Amino acid sequence: MAVRDLTKAYGAVTAVDHISFSLAQATTVALLGGNGAGKTTTIAMLLGLVVPSSGEVRVFGADMSRDRTAVAHRLNFQSPYVDLPARLTVRQNLTVYAGLYGIGNVAERIAYIAQDLQIEELLDRATGKLSAGQKTRVGLAKALLNAPELLLLDEPTASLDPDTADWIRRKLKQYAKARGATLLFASHNMAEVERLADRVILLDAGRIVEDGTPADLIATYGKLTLEEVFLDVVRGRVREPLERPEDEALPARRAS
Amino acid sequence: MSAVTATKGGAEPILLPQTGVGASLRRIFALVKRYIYLLRSSGVRLVELIYWPFLQMLTWGFLQKYLAGTASPLAQAAGVLIGSVLLWDILFRSKIGFSTTFIEEMWSRNLGNLLTSPLRPYELVAALSVWSVIRLGVSMVPVAIAAYFIFGFNLLDLGLPLVAFFAVLVLTSWSLGLISAGVILRYGLGAEELAWSLAFLLLPLCCVYYPVSVLPDWLQWVALALPPTHVFEGMRSILLHNTFDVKELWWAAGLNVVYLVAGYLTFSWFLGSARENGTLVQLGE
Repeated sequence: MAVRDLTKAYGAVTAVDHISFSLAQATTVALLGGNGAGKTTTIAMLLGLVVPSSGEVRVFGADMSRDRTAVAHRLNFQSPYVDLPARLTVRQNLTVYAGLYGIGNVAERIAYIAQDLQIEELLDRATGKLSAGQKTRVGLAKALLNAPELLLLDEPTASLDPDTADWIRRKLKQYAKARGATLLFASHNMAEVERLADRVILLDAGRIVEDGTPADLIATYGKLTLEEVFLDVVRGRVREPLERPEDEALPARRAS
Repeated sequence: MSAVTATKGGAEPILLPQTGVGASLRRIFALVKRYIYLLRSSGVRLVELIYWPFLQMLTWGFLQKYLAGTASPLAQAAGVLIGSVLLWDILFRSKIGFSTTFIEEMWSRNLGNLLTSPLRPYELVAALSVWSVIRLGVSMVPVAIAAYFIFGFNLLDLGLPLVAFFAVLVLTSWSLGLISAGVILRYGLGAEELAWSLAFLLLPLCCVYYPVSVLPDWLQWVALALPPTHVFEGMRSILLHNTFDVKELWWAAGLNVVYLVAGYLTFSWFLGSARENGTLVQLGE
């Protein structure tokens, strides 16, 4: 995936401001930022749900604002803000999406995914009657149906209890490792980012203000946790002056 | 949660070809299947599909029976009332079937999943169209049968033109459905009322219960520019005079092509506009 000079403006409001990055295969990357930092808009542009004002997103070589459907079967997506139809059973929902993604061995694949994500006992229950944790696992089942090479996740563990959240994170890590898949997820959960991500792209006011491994960022800012780094960034504090060469000036920060 | 375990010997997904007619048909069928599942999940929905057209048919059927029993000059004309109601319901129910099924995707916050899947916009439209016809069948066939047994009105008496009437009305309903869906996509569920009311705009104009000649001259041109007007004129001609002018049907078919193209372009334009304005993301939240 390559994102070049991506910008999205809604009238006078710039949600995403000239960001560029690329994702190497088999990496797990976190888009980190506070509310309104531009994470969801960025993911929406990567998915082709929102057309950029300028710049471009290329996924597997396809321009996502023009040619999304050419590569849509190679990626998938999960978000707590999007649901599967509540009245359909889990099996019915997965069957419909297996058809949409062009999966030939539907029953076999659903059985495998259900076993893998421990949702076998949920398959014949109405999706709307599941708990938040169960819904997340079912949403993940839909997202993994086509074994995507690129998986985009918007707050994958939002509103889950710590135990379930931890289970989901381990499952995602296992999937990425086993498949050599690339994961890009948006989150404001610092512990999650530290545990899951190989690389963090920190957004503030629509701009990339940091890009590095969690360990590097913590070291660069002279902090103990990523959460402390995040607080410094969103509150507009500059990092320790001696810890970075002078010629690498920090991007402009929002006033605290 | 129990421990995360790697399942051995897992089934790899066998990905079928993603392009071509076969792939398109497969995706359309997958979505139609979703709507069938939805209808099967609720007996209330099934009953509701038949309930309103059945009530309509009863009301107008009894009125027709009353008028037919009087010496009123309206008695003869009254014979076409049930026919008018049933044909109007084909247009109305098909339009509602198209629009509400689309709105259902927004209510269930599923549109984000659909629009990030390999489904093409024209396949979504095709699935909604196919489903509107299936829904129409579920809704209208029992009502047409009931009209025969209760009032002795046999819709099949319209003969072969009935098939053409049906096609014209369904095609018009898809044009209206596309416009409603596009507006709702762009402006959100706040514009939902349009889905219900757009067809009613046609009710006085396409002369469901009276001939075109009743309208003022200038309004007759507007009426004749609407495909359903030719259907209702044709139905009256068959039932009252036992004649049928095929030219009426050709007019309706030609107009439908124009309306369908305009409907699809409108839908595509609103979809593009929703992607520009970010409303597709807001729909999910």
